Amino acid sequence: MPAARIIPCLDVADGRVVKGVQFEDHRDVGDIVELALRYRDEGADELVFYDITASADGRAVDPSWVSRVAAVIDIPFAVAGGIDSVDAARRLLAAGADKVSVNSPAIARPELLAELAAAFGRQCVVLGVDSFRAPDGTLRVRQFSGRPEAMREPGLETIDWARQAAKLGAGEIVLNCMNNDGMRDGYDLAQIEALVAAVNVPVIASGGAGTPRHFVDAFRAGASGALAASIFHDSIVSIGAVKDTLHAVGIEVRR
Amino acid sequence: MTALTILDLGYGNIESIRLAFARLGVDATLASDLAEAEAADRLVLPGVGAAGFAMERLRSTGIDDALRRRTRPLLGICLGMQLLFERSDEGDTLMLGLIPGQVRLLDPAPGRPVPHMGWTRIERADGVGLTAGDHVYFAHSFACDDGPATAARVTCGRPIPAAVRSGNLWGAQFHPERSAAPGAAFLTAFLAA
Repeated sequence: MPAARIIPCLDVADGRVVKGVQFEDHRDVGDIVELALRYRDEGADELVFYDITASADGRAVDPSWVSRVAAVIDIPFAVAGGIDSVDAARRLLAAGADKVSVNSPAIARPELLAELAAAFGRQCVVLGVDSFRAPDGTLRVRQFSGRPEAMREPGLETIDWARQAAKLGAGEIVLNCMNNDGMRDGYDLAQIEALVAAVNVPVIASGGAGTPRHFVDAFRAGASGALAASIFHDSIVSIGAVKDTLHAVGIEVRR
Repeated sequence: MTALTILDLGYGNIESIRLAFARLGVDATLASDLAEAEAADRLVLPGVGAAGFAMERLRSTGIDDALRRRTRPLLGICLGMQLLFERSDEGDTLMLGLIPGQVRLLDPAPGRPVPHMGWTRIERADGVGLTAGDHVYFAHSFACDDGPATAARVTCGRPIPAAVRSGNLWGAQFHPERSAAPGAAFLTAFLAA
């Protein structure tokens, strides 16, 4: 079994890394390559770059910064944002990305997942799901979350959509629990458990990390990896401290 | 400097492999036809993509037979390592047949999702620059049979080769180009082979 993966998430807008709270009010936190190197040095197991405005702006990730990242880091990284075709994915993989993550374009056209898996193998294909826990308790998918004014609900339930996506060709699912995003009070463990039970592919927890203990909870809930952004950007918690805590409770980590 | 060539047949993670060697100070050249592949001192067969498509490209260029005749160092990475074996479940594809054994789909189980994705600890290693206890990065759904060519082993439901070596024939199921220091040690060992 692979070690528990700690995955800093870098939200990218206009070529810079930014961070918002519950997907709004983005502020600049630094240069893409500098942050990629910093996290690699601190022990990140993987990186995810989300071009958060690409889908809503009707374009795909810019391959030029993907090349710059690929040249300097020696850990895997995924890129996401507006990837809506095999050709768009090919450009990013050719620039050195290891995986492409798709979200809104796969909701619009689910066959995209099958096309990407056929072209590159499912291990290259990540599905990002922005999941919102509605007042009635149901888990609903949201689309175009990068731009509040463009956001909409496509009428999908999270678990149904993830199950369908895994059948079509998604090789990994990043579950963004929107209610928890940026709140630092823990991952949505019930939601992680429900998704892990529903699909055979790795599930990456995202949204809500605030302390090393929250990572322990996410892995015990069955996550293969845990994503976090603000606590790492703001040096509230170090990757080393998270790994020390995981190791102390008997969860395997890479050091 | 060691002459290194990466086979570029329009599939695979060529750029990230090229960059990994560049970080080790080695400028790789790309080969896209039979003559260039045959001239290579050290040749890398990249990964990522579908087995059937990759074999078809090797056959149509005649590079498949050149690889079968080859005596100088050859390194297959991920799918590139799987191509060295006899046959793959992926599209029931006939492979190069340089290493005995099959390539089979991994079975998912509770707590063991497929694809096998992430950093898995090497249990034993010999002669490929890796050390037992190293974590290296995997991303694959199909795996080769364990056998005499296994040079580094991990367990993924069943024992599988993380790396194989048979003389000058090397393979990595993991991604050395994305496996931090152990990955660099593996590539360095290949460059010294």
